[in-house]
Amino acid sequence: MINEGFKILDCALIAIATGEKAQNLREFRDRLRNVHPGCLYYHFWGGLLHPHFDDPEFQNDFAVWASRYLHDPKISEQLAIIDPNVFEDIEDLRNEIIEIVEERLFESEHVPWVKTGQEFHFIRSQIVIFDTGKNYANPLELKDVIPKMSLGSIFFHFIDSRRRTPGNRNDFSVWLTGFSDKYEELIEALDNIDPSFTTLNELRQEINNAFTNYFKKVSDGKST
Amino acid sequence: MESLLEQYASVVGNEVIDHLKQLANPLKGMKILHINSTKEGGGVAEILNRLIPLKRELGIDAEWEIITGEKDFYQCTKKMHNSLQGDRDDISPSLLSVYESTNLQNFERLKKKLEEADIVFIHDPQPAALLHFCKKRKGKWLWRCHIDVSHPYRPVWKYLRQYIKDYDASIWSLSAFVQPLSHPQYLIPPSIDPLSEKNIELSKKEISDFLDSWGIRRNTPVVTQVSRFDRFKDPIGVVQSYRLIKNYVPVQLVLAGGSASDDPEGQEVLEEVKAYAGDDPDIHILELPPDAHRAINALQRGSDIIIQKSLKEGFGLTVTEGLWKGKPVIGGDTGGIKLQVIDHYCGFRVSTPEGAAMRVRYLLKHPGTMKRMGKNARQFVLDNYLITRQLREYLTLIVGLLYGSKEKIELKLPPSLTTGK
Repeated sequence: MINEGFKILDCALIAIATGEKAQNLREFRDRLRNVHPGCLYYHFWGGLLHPHFDDPEFQNDFAVWASRYLHDPKISEQLAIIDPNVFEDIEDLRNEIIEIVEERLFESEHVPWVKTGQEFHFIRSQIVIFDTGKNYANPLELKDVIPKMSLGSIFFHFIDSRRRTPGNRNDFSVWLTGFSDKYEELIEALDNIDPSFTTLNELRQEINNAFTNYFKKVSDGKST
Repeated sequence: MESLLEQYASVVGNEVIDHLKQLANPLKGMKILHINSTKEGGGVAEILNRLIPLKRELGIDAEWEIITGEKDFYQCTKKMHNSLQGDRDDISPSLLSVYESTNLQNFERLKKKLEEADIVFIHDPQPAALLHFCKKRKGKWLWRCHIDVSHPYRPVWKYLRQYIKDYDASIWSLSAFVQPLSHPQYLIPPSIDPLSEKNIELSKKEISDFLDSWGIRRNTPVVTQVSRFDRFKDPIGVVQSYRLIKNYVPVQLVLAGGSASDDPEGQEVLEEVKAYAGDDPDIHILELPPDAHRAINALQRGSDIIIQKSLKEGFGLTVTEGLWKGKPVIGGDTGGIKLQVIDHYCGFRVSTPEGAAMRVRYLLKHPGTMKRMGKNARQFVLDNYLITRQLREYLTLIVGLLYGSKEKIELKLPPSLTTGK
């Protein structure tokens, strides 16, 4: 099978206000039912590409709000553990969050609320994807490029890819499978990288480590 | 000689600059015009000073013009500014009429450029009515709001809204500031320029020389607030905090204010602060000219703690400047400061003079915490609040506007730029 080269794309994200906000958990659930699907993308994945403080405790903005402002550790933990990448469709992800919130509302004596000024603001994003003009036919060449890839490229090929590829994978692994089973070990190492609880900088380093370790083993004769 | 982009690459890394170049590719040759009301003083002018040459270096035909007016115009726009931040202050019809006629005069003067530009950025309320007069516009117009408009005085907002609603989009610093409008409302926090006179590295000697020239002692901790003399910056509250600290630990307070040419209230507030401070030799009130960037840089670097006890704040650039210099910042728990100062990580957010005093005393007692927070602060700005990030978002926004409202926009590379590697 002849594999096409790996085309490096890059992306940039811009946040757009929706004007929708919630001051308590019930309002949060109601807004969640109708907000633009782009809001889920922004609040789960977009934080990686937007000014923010890296809080490794939380994976998404909903959990941060529930913890910091609603002061409800139970729902915060339940929201924080959601892995958005396992959902085939963004609407499935939406339903999962709504169910968790409804469950919490059902068991709460009072509806948790926040002070004015601490409302949750639903934000959606627009993402611009562009071709860098760089194309690599050989995985060994790609190894040398990864440390220089922009964080936008890392986001696109490792995070955004999970919404585009069969099995919610990263683009590197998908491309490498086109070489039959030649790079099986490298693919496994890449698939084992957990994109959660991390920053794009750290992710770039982890991908780089996977490539570097693999090709070092090959050159040492420890891998095929 | 190094290009501007190369100079930035030395701070943020080559990949960030390459990313900007790629993003700017489809915008090359485009005429982009920025309009505000002052070339000097205030954060907007400071950022535009560098944003324009950067855009030009990326191949964009960027220009910056200011609108000018008489005293009554600035009085009106200052009232607008205060009302948008919540002051319940009506503006007389005669002042509003000056606002409209000044915008019309400026439109006549800038007509050709405004009509021919592909993208026009109008900053803040002062030039907002220009669009109303520009009947033959070619390009897209954006209104960039730098103010905390979370709870505006409604009559004044309603007046301005009649102009702003016709823009193609607006840009806000924070989602909490956004007011209902039917066009797309983008969120872009402002940034600082690491290569400007205000933020470049300075030698220890230069910092010491500046402090000596103002009579600031180096053996007593220095707490500094740099901002215009404006009631929303709460300079009186800062002096109250200082008095609560002074009872326990030796400390010097510096209140340093430049003045913006579009702010007629500055002198009045300055006199109030001087009277309130009295003749305490440890309170240093510095009146600095708008171009005293290096002096402000030295002052921030020579301080132990930066304070920005604003009661309302769109986005306090002096907060980010302080963080960039590795200083913990004590900021008012309001507006953009909520995004800038992460509580207990790079400083503290406070709601009262008492709160500010308590946090200063805590930090002075724990130098290790100050150092750790200062380190976090610098990294936080490097990752999030430098001008290259803001430029990237402006470019993304323009591409977004030109290519429609889709969630994902895929740009095709011109064949001439496909290199293979």
